[in-house]
Amino acid sequence: MKKITVVTGHYGSGKTNLSVNIALKSAAEGKKVAVCDLDIVNPYFRLADFEDIFKEKGIEFAAPQFANTSLDIPALNFNVEGLADFSDHLIIDVGGDDAGAVALGRYSETLHNLDSEFEMIYVINKYRYLEGAEDETALLIPQIEAASRMKHTGIVNNSNLGKETTEDIIRNSVEYAESISERTGLPLLYTTYPSYLEKPFSEAVPVDVYVKPVWER
Amino acid sequence: MKGNEAMAEAAIRAGCKAFFGYPITPQTELSAYMAKYMEKSGGVFLQAESEVAAINMVYGASASGQRAMTSSSSPGISLKAEGISYLAGSDLPAVIINVQRGGPGLGSIQPAQQDYWQATHAMGHGDFHILVFAPASVQEMVDLIIEAFDTSDEYRMPAMILADGLLGQMMEPVSFPDEVKIDKVDKSGWACSGHKMQREHHIVNSLYIEAEKCEEVVRKRFERYAIVEEKVHKAEVYMCDDADIVLTAYGASARVAKSAVNQARKLGIKAGLCRPITLWPFPKKELNEAVKNASDVLCVEMSMGQMVDDVRLAINCSKPVHFFGRCGGVIPSPKEVLEEIKKLAGGKQ
Repeated sequence: MKKITVVTGHYGSGKTNLSVNIALKSAAEGKKVAVCDLDIVNPYFRLADFEDIFKEKGIEFAAPQFANTSLDIPALNFNVEGLADFSDHLIIDVGGDDAGAVALGRYSETLHNLDSEFEMIYVINKYRYLEGAEDETALLIPQIEAASRMKHTGIVNNSNLGKETTEDIIRNSVEYAESISERTGLPLLYTTYPSYLEKPFSEAVPVDVYVKPVWER
Repeated sequence: MKGNEAMAEAAIRAGCKAFFGYPITPQTELSAYMAKYMEKSGGVFLQAESEVAAINMVYGASASGQRAMTSSSSPGISLKAEGISYLAGSDLPAVIINVQRGGPGLGSIQPAQQDYWQATHAMGHGDFHILVFAPASVQEMVDLIIEAFDTSDEYRMPAMILADGLLGQMMEPVSFPDEVKIDKVDKSGWACSGHKMQREHHIVNSLYIEAEKCEEVVRKRFERYAIVEEKVHKAEVYMCDDADIVLTAYGASARVAKSAVNQARKLGIKAGLCRPITLWPFPKKELNEAVKNASDVLCVEMSMGQMVDDVRLAINCSKPVHFFGRCGGVIPSPKEVLEEIKKLAGGKQ
């Protein structure tokens, strides 16, 4: 069955990096993958930076026509239905907060009408200032749902402190993620850790770090 | 935190009580943060009708003795230039943040360092200087905002944080001091905070009817600038002791340059980096010390070469100063910079 994964969250929670990882993993499993950059609120650090990797792995990529340029206007000139039709797995990377999720709302009906397995992931980072406050996170989830006219199906704990992330930092974020899960009633799907670290606990899922500044590439 | 958010939070913690802004990419998160949190901290946030209005509101708030700030990106800073001149001409402290983007004109919204000349040499009309601080990490953005407020108050002159879109938009771990020690400067001798019939009026003004009086005030101000030049200068000097090739770069391009220096060292090329943290005053002492054993200097910028002449002047052209830059919003890669280092090292290996 076809699958659609929508990735939402706070600005800078790691949505884009997670989207790249999900896409590459799916492609490695031999699936026909399409990735769609629906972030029209932030002109920096976004999926369009990874077009080359997608091309290399045969992943179909769609972004606003002028992504990563000064003409980064909120005009979506691609056909999400077509992308979903073409692929086994469509991953949609959404802009930050409820502001970023507004663009997603336009596709609410389209996506709901497709005969696909649908998941909408809310990405959290405990160490993201202000997000660390549980109230802010718990508030943002219904705001994103209202803006996008879609319901989340689970939470991914992507807590990290950039280059300063350690195994302990990951372990110490689980309690926070579980409490968000409890408050919102959304299941905690998994906790990620940067693949260059030791596995912090047995169920943790490794992610490669793609989103980074030019001097670390 | 994102650089833009960290600067806003740092300003609040540094006792900024008045923020006036106008949205522009890639700075907008800073204003948005202020809109959300300034009032909670007992301060004032106001989105002005234009950049010109915002800087003049800063003038008013600062004249009342409060710590005041505004932020913008390149084209918006040009609009604020007139007001910054008035602030300098009235001996008012203030912090102005420029999250630079590509220029000139509307240019691009990608990161650049194309406002160096404007910030350090021509930030408005008239004979004056402003303090210019150039952070290279989100942590340094926090530290320098606090320092900018303190230094600006101490010398009664505007201070600019010259950042760029990359630093403003990037995420890095950051820590805030538990309690920001605010160097309280007594402003009671000049601030227009209400005389309550207890003292003479205070007048904050940049207009002088008599030319001689105007000259006298400007000369006095320049005596103060001489003290500032003596006391306020900072640079990070990295692996310069034995360096044959010393790179100079500030802000985001210094991060790229540092990567290139590390890669050059792995190839056996003795490279180092001198990163100005204050751009005015320019860290001449640190730079001269850094290049003393070098044969060549390479200035790396996200511009067509605006700091390069200051480097030449600072070392009195004692070494050849080469230049490598990208502009318009393009970020140089460590690889490109390494190639330039290799070219310079070429003949000597």
